[in-house]
Amino acid sequence: MNIFKHELIMKKQSILIWSLSLSAFMIFYMAFFPALAKDAASFDSIMNSFPEEMLQALGIKEGLSIASLIGYFTLTFGMIQLAIAIQSANYGFSILSEEERELTADFLLSKPVSRSTIYFSKFSAAFLSLFVSAIAVGISSLIALRLFNGGESYRLAHVLKLILTVPVFQLLFMSIGMFISLLFKKIRSVLSLSMGLAIGLYVINSVRGIIDSDLLGYISPYYYFEPGVILIDGIYDLKLFGLAIGIIIISLVGSYLLYNRRDIHSL
Amino acid sequence: MNVIEIKNLTKYYGGSLGINDVNLEVKEGEIFGFIGPNGAGKSTTIRLLLGLIYPTSGEAKLFGKDAIEFGPEVRKDIGYLPSEIFYYDKMKVIDLLNYSASFYDKDCTKRIKEISNIMELDLNRRIDDLSYGNKKKVGIVQGLLHEPKLIILDEPTGGLDPLMQQKFFNLLKEENERGATIFFSSHILSEVQELCNRVAIIKEGSIVEVEDIQTLRENNYKKIAVVGDDLSKETFELDGVTELIQEEDELTFFYKGDINLITKALSSIDAKDITIEEPTLEEIFMHYYE
Repeated sequence: MNIFKHELIMKKQSILIWSLSLSAFMIFYMAFFPALAKDAASFDSIMNSFPEEMLQALGIKEGLSIASLIGYFTLTFGMIQLAIAIQSANYGFSILSEEERELTADFLLSKPVSRSTIYFSKFSAAFLSLFVSAIAVGISSLIALRLFNGGESYRLAHVLKLILTVPVFQLLFMSIGMFISLLFKKIRSVLSLSMGLAIGLYVINSVRGIIDSDLLGYISPYYYFEPGVILIDGIYDLKLFGLAIGIIIISLVGSYLLYNRRDIHSL
Repeated sequence: MNVIEIKNLTKYYGGSLGINDVNLEVKEGEIFGFIGPNGAGKSTTIRLLLGLIYPTSGEAKLFGKDAIEFGPEVRKDIGYLPSEIFYYDKMKVIDLLNYSASFYDKDCTKRIKEISNIMELDLNRRIDDLSYGNKKKVGIVQGLLHEPKLIILDEPTGGLDPLMQQKFFNLLKEENERGATIFFSSHILSEVQELCNRVAIIKEGSIVEVEDIQTLRENNYKKIAVVGDDLSKETFELDGVTELIQEEDELTFFYKGDINLITKALSSIDAKDITIEEPTLEEIFMHYYE
């Protein structure tokens, strides 16, 4: 319990900054929608002049206008997902490697605690931190949709369904980060790795949108939780959802085994 | 009872050797020195004891229990001071010490105050504002605050000024009198000379010798220097003579063996001056290092 508490205290600032920025981004971005909606016709004509592929790359399905509430919210939420992915991957890459990088591992691991206790404490503290972000995203989404819907209606149930995917999405990126971090002897730059993972997979999903390939979709977790699909249809793709859970379990079990057998080197 | 029992312990890092087939026993109440040059395997051995790294083969027992299997349990009674001290920079000293204390099922507040007073450590400063020596003090308090039965020190004195080092050694002696066993690695031999009862010498991953510090010093090595004209090296090329060096009109060497043989050789030359002295531990160890 003491490690869990310590981890949360160390993450305090990060938790605060992430949840505030995510909420601010959501509210600020959505605040433009009413103005946009008023001039939907001319905006649509601009958008139609863009190549179809570009819209698909942004996750906008055919027939879904950015000037519509759902279209615009899809676009916004897609960018929020990218930010969430960066945060989750960042925590994933750092929690099990930071003590070695900052050279505090000798302190912690020479205490009367097992590797398992450290693993679970760090994992729960990081996941709780991410959960705060998820709540911030959820609440700010609901507020933004209520305040800035431009008079258009939306299905609350579908929005809630989308929000509920956030913790799974976070867990997915975090567990992949944890697993990868243990494959290396030393992780030097957590930030570049997490940006690389989050943006790289985002790009893969964009390419998938353009060339319409399911195979690429399986590689990119963004595809598992496409806001456009969930907002319109209100259903999860269970096959992809199962795939996500599978990857999470494999990554977590794998990193648990690796961490328990890991040699902690001195300088 | 043996507090530390190491049997055939071997550790390879990938292909490169850490330690090879190390056997060692440290009895309860001993102050045990672990001596060797940098890279000889001192830290590797200590990290294996603490479960920071896992052995390739062999085993280490602490308080009669396997150091890996019962790691969390045996570490309750271990205080460890690493050679390089790094702590969570953002924390205040007292917060770090309290965090450290939170791992043990006892109230350590009193002991934290006592040791910090002795070591003159300011508890309210932030860790990243501390000098290297002060960080080392944090390490000392952190390692001793739970009154451990076994204190493991890896090159502990770097960064401490002589006065602080003395205070620290006194503290260790007190802990030892209280019953704590101390395992002390170093390459600075004068430290060992002052504190330890027994030493093990490690070289290139293997234990070369385990000796009483007393025996080591009484090992009958003599350091002999002769000054004179027309000295020839051949006179002293005898069994038991090592490190024979000639420099202009001076000959120096170490001798171990029948003292009469060497006095005979010495009497056969025309000397201006002769000194015969006990070698320092440093010089004794040079033999093991070679």
